[in-house]
Amino acid sequence: MTETKQIRKTKYLNPYIGGVLLGLVLLSANFIAGRGLGASGAIKSTIVATMTTVAPAASEKSGFIKEFRESHGGNPMKTWLVFEMLGVLVGGFLSGAIAGRLKFKVEHSPKITSRKRLLLALTGGVLFGFGSQLGRGCTSGSALSGMAVLSLGGFITMMAIFGTAFALAFFFRKNWI
Amino acid sequence: MGPLAINEIISENTNLFLAFIIGIGFGFVLESSGFSSSRKLAGVFYGYDTVVLKVFFTGAITCMLGLLFFSLFGWVDLSLVYINPTYLTSAIVGGVIMGAGFIIGGFCPGTSFCGAAIGKIDGIVFIVGLFLGVLIFGLGYNLWDELYLAKNLGTPKVSESLGMGDGLFALILIIVALAMFTVAEWAEKKFPREEY
Repeated sequence: MTETKQIRKTKYLNPYIGGVLLGLVLLSANFIAGRGLGASGAIKSTIVATMTTVAPAASEKSGFIKEFRESHGGNPMKTWLVFEMLGVLVGGFLSGAIAGRLKFKVEHSPKITSRKRLLLALTGGVLFGFGSQLGRGCTSGSALSGMAVLSLGGFITMMAIFGTAFALAFFFRKNWI
Repeated sequence: MGPLAINEIISENTNLFLAFIIGIGFGFVLESSGFSSSRKLAGVFYGYDTVVLKVFFTGAITCMLGLLFFSLFGWVDLSLVYINPTYLTSAIVGGVIMGAGFIIGGFCPGTSFCGAAIGKIDGIVFIVGLFLGVLIFGLGYNLWDELYLAKNLGTPKVSESLGMGDGLFALILIIVALAMFTVAEWAEKKFPREEY
């Protein structure tokens, strides 16, 4: 193995060490805040804040806003997940800066164009955003954090996410390999 | 003792500050494990890169064991820790839609923020999609609230549902994870690829 190849192979953290560290971050969230990690919840907070600001009258009647308010009091932007996700941006940036990975680019398989990749990213985002609301959390909040506290729903959502992605993988293989 | 915020050992504002710090740790670990790369993430579904499987399951098991031991030592009151409720229908339908979003978009919400943080434009576009998806859900809430609220089973634990103790379930999950890791290591050798 040449030296360059060795460097390329070691530029990311060992996945098992990464996993233990992720588990410790999740454990500290549960120990400190009594809740797990999340991501889509911060987006929901932002959408709720936007809807109530842009269309206050219509929002009063919205079941979506009502449901949010029943579980979160006060300012929707002053919630745990909003602060946590701001931290994720900082932490991701720091890690990328240290590893020398900061670069504007569209990552895609050589078999597809950047334009197609971006269209697929948008479509995937819309589906994931919608699905995370139905599933009461995404891969972080529902699957990962749910599994750690042995939630039945967490395990079901995890199996549904990964099972579906595996089942559909064949049809989307050109986008990735 | 724990959870600190719920037992009012730390104030609400301290809790929010610590959320930011925990987020930094979360983002840092995800990015350094390679979760800022959509092609690396998608690799798990083709066997050429199984980092998602390894990090995800090692993380969930580490925290699960940590909580069980913390509870045993009396460091954390598990009855005060949030357990995700189980709404059977929406957990499955939501998960299926998210799975499709994963293989089409190449990210999940947390990882797209990591990608965006280091300049991945596909990550930024995925986030735009996330906002649209949540907005669509919110605007059309009346169309799917029945589905959303159907089959509420409360907050059952998977161990209870299978009729076993938490410890035994954790042990079985560890064995299953080790078996999956063995298959994953084999797959990575069988379907080699360059690092993204």
